[in-house]
Amino acid sequence: MNLILHVWRQNGPNDKGRLDQYEAKNVSPDSSFLEMLDEVNEDLIKKGQIPIEFDHDCREGICGTCSQVINGIPHGPDKLVTTCQLHMRKFKDGDHIYIEPWRSKAFPIIKDLVTDRNALDRIIQAYGYTSTHTGGVADGNAMLVPKVAADEAMDAAACIGCGACVAACPNASAMLFTSAKVSQLALLPQGKAEAAKRVKAMVEQMDSEGFGNCTNHYECQAACPKGISVSFISRMNREMMKALPQ
Amino acid sequence: MILDGKCPTGPIQDSWDKHRFDMKLVNPANKRKYKILVVGTGLAGGAAAASLGELGYNVEAFCYQDSARRAHSIAAQGGINAAKNYPNDGDSIYRLFYDTIKGGDFRAREADVWRLAQVSNNIIDQCVAQGVPFARDYAGYLDTRSFGGAQVSRTFYARGQTGQQLLLGAYQALMRQIKVGTVKLHARREMLDLVVVDGVAKGITVRNLVSGEIESHWGDAVILATGGYMNVFYLSTNAMGCSVTATWKAAKKGAFFANPCYTQIHPTCIPQTGDHQSKLTLMSESLRNDGRCWVPKKKEDCEKKAADIPEDDRDYYLERKYPSFGNLAPRDIASRAAKEQCDDERGVGPGKRGVYLDFQSSIDRVGENTIAERYGNLFQMYEKITDENAYKQPMRIYPAPHYAMGGLWIDYNCMSNLPGLFVLGEANFSVHGANRLGASALMQGLADGYFVIPNTIAHYLVGVAPGAVKADHPEFKKSVDEVQGQVDTLLSINGTKTVSEFHRELGKIMWENVGMARSEESLNFALKKIPELREEFWQNVKVTGSKAEVNSQIENAGRVADFLEFSALLTKDALTREESCGGHFRVEHQTADGEAMRDDENFTYVAAWEFKGNDKEPELHKEPLKFDNIKLAVRSYK
Repeated sequence: MNLILHVWRQNGPNDKGRLDQYEAKNVSPDSSFLEMLDEVNEDLIKKGQIPIEFDHDCREGICGTCSQVINGIPHGPDKLVTTCQLHMRKFKDGDHIYIEPWRSKAFPIIKDLVTDRNALDRIIQAYGYTSTHTGGVADGNAMLVPKVAADEAMDAAACIGCGACVAACPNASAMLFTSAKVSQLALLPQGKAEAAKRVKAMVEQMDSEGFGNCTNHYECQAACPKGISVSFISRMNREMMKALPQ
Repeated sequence: MILDGKCPTGPIQDSWDKHRFDMKLVNPANKRKYKILVVGTGLAGGAAAASLGELGYNVEAFCYQDSARRAHSIAAQGGINAAKNYPNDGDSIYRLFYDTIKGGDFRAREADVWRLAQVSNNIIDQCVAQGVPFARDYAGYLDTRSFGGAQVSRTFYARGQTGQQLLLGAYQALMRQIKVGTVKLHARREMLDLVVVDGVAKGITVRNLVSGEIESHWGDAVILATGGYMNVFYLSTNAMGCSVTATWKAAKKGAFFANPCYTQIHPTCIPQTGDHQSKLTLMSESLRNDGRCWVPKKKEDCEKKAADIPEDDRDYYLERKYPSFGNLAPRDIASRAAKEQCDDERGVGPGKRGVYLDFQSSIDRVGENTIAERYGNLFQMYEKITDENAYKQPMRIYPAPHYAMGGLWIDYNCMSNLPGLFVLGEANFSVHGANRLGASALMQGLADGYFVIPNTIAHYLVGVAPGAVKADHPEFKKSVDEVQGQVDTLLSINGTKTVSEFHRELGKIMWENVGMARSEESLNFALKKIPELREEFWQNVKVTGSKAEVNSQIENAGRVADFLEFSALLTKDALTREESCGGHFRVEHQTADGEAMRDDENFTYVAAWEFKGNDKEPELHKEPLKFDNIKLAVRSYK
């Protein structure tokens, strides 16, 4: 099939940026979205032009690197996939496709579709861990973990840190991301000891990075390629309530 | 030169404990005076950087990704082995040791493998304490499952995302150290050279992938945890950015490269669909717990739908050939068996390069819900890529390049022949021999990072004056000039072929001639073609844009340039090793029924190659392998 692409091009954080138009010809429906862009880039290089820069790495939906707003939706029209796992069979011959970077004040644009998402790393640095030392820990079975807690913790832990939740939110809120880590560690006995300090530190960092607050649009959950539930935001709020008097 | 791994002597059960006692320690007050550079933030690098920072060393970590959390360890699906024997099914440290040596086809060092098996249990405890949400049973205990090459259930898992969860555990430990200031992270930096001063590793040269600037970083020790080189085949299960560059640059500075021909082709990957394809996707080996591999018995059935082929006309070839291990035969054996069926024109799917992995009998036995609970995310991933529902029809799978057992040569302390250069995880060669067992890569990465290097690096540092060589040493400037020179050359060639086109061509040469079946003829053919392609690359590659910005063409061109050199060494090693073992299969050396035939008399050694220049033959150094505890035997899974 043949497609018309409208791609955001921006030569760095201080450039104004613009949507440029490209043709993608003879695209196989079995190819992935990024493979389609690879072909467009190969053509651009052969013409001596500068290809479209985009972030990507594992191309199997787990590293969380790829990050494109496709036709207004982070990671595009398919449900529960990252951009790299979106396949061209989801599009029709002759379609116009608009491709933009993540849009959020906290994610400055580096070039074209590449953004700086280190604000998310700094939220984890704030307290997204248990303060465990290497070595000298108890046997893995010393503390039992109820299966429901382990399963729910895993649901939260499935977050890949791509930032689609932020890009989808009208407030550019990072509540889904932050709450997933808060919840994972609060659900497990190993994380409970520091739960109160953790939630306060992570929320404080989240606010200081310039992310907005949650006003219950649930766009984050709809865009999340791993299906992280907004119920974790409720859990984070409860954890915060518990933590406040301390 | 005959190499010595400097393994401890005496009873193997006490070897690691005794060695730890015999090594020197660095006084806690002195640790902060030493600067250690860690390249790569996967399981090995992330765990090492976090643990060394916590011990008080001054650590700087580097990764090419935008965040330390994205290293390709994250993609490991199935699980991590440990000899806990929680299921009471006969496991022990000795059995894990034995299985790993045998699984590696008797081409690994006993002492290193023993240590790995011994610390495997500590890893599980460590990860649980970090909040890794391992699967639990209803009583709240840790659950396990089975993997290839073992008859016990010793694989711990977190759904189909075990690598992700273990990496996030290490990443979070690393983030904690960054916050307290013991570790400084340099993301979006790619190591492009090792700086060696008077034969000792003293620093690295990196490219800042955002600004394009070439930077020097000095350290009292350099740790490479930069993963494997399977993208030499172009299509592999590795991430797009995985390359041989860091280890190859070290090899060009004098570090020996060991056993590069030991490459693992993973049996269960989604088959290739067309030329547009940029990578292959793995389907976890854990699927073989419940999936059965088969192809039609009759060639004429290959075009039919799977459901239309009656049970009697299906050839469950792994169960037929290896009745005692069946579908859980090790990877090298399962991959070759799949290739055999397809070579026999009984493959299925597009191009007939595929076999079925069928879950129907398991679904009938335990129900679709249980299968979905075990592998739901894998079935979903399969559907997104192929548009097929594997609950309703069998998966189609085919082997794909996956893991490199070979890597830089190291001694028992994980130090290369260059003093001060340490190598961890997939980047080194040490424990997997000629074939890695499933769920052992995660184990090795974390063992090296959490429990080995924090002990062994001290023994080296004690003899080093901290900060004696810094980035103002002339060797750093020389290295920067070389790296900058290569970038400038790449931009100036302005030829007609893109970097990807060269990479694809190299991959084709390697896959067809140095892949699952290698012969003297095919290897010599590759050794003729590779230098031709390399020469063409340096005359005809096209890289556009400029160097002082994000330019992924420069990144990829550098990686492919290194693959074009390294591939010749891999091929040379395969040609020299006149035997079949593990992932290295020479068609001249096989039994009557097509099994690999080792030559223990002549090849029970580690081949460590010294680079002498692209126009010169590399020099082979041998490290003889001794088996004092496990008797060398024909590896049988029948």
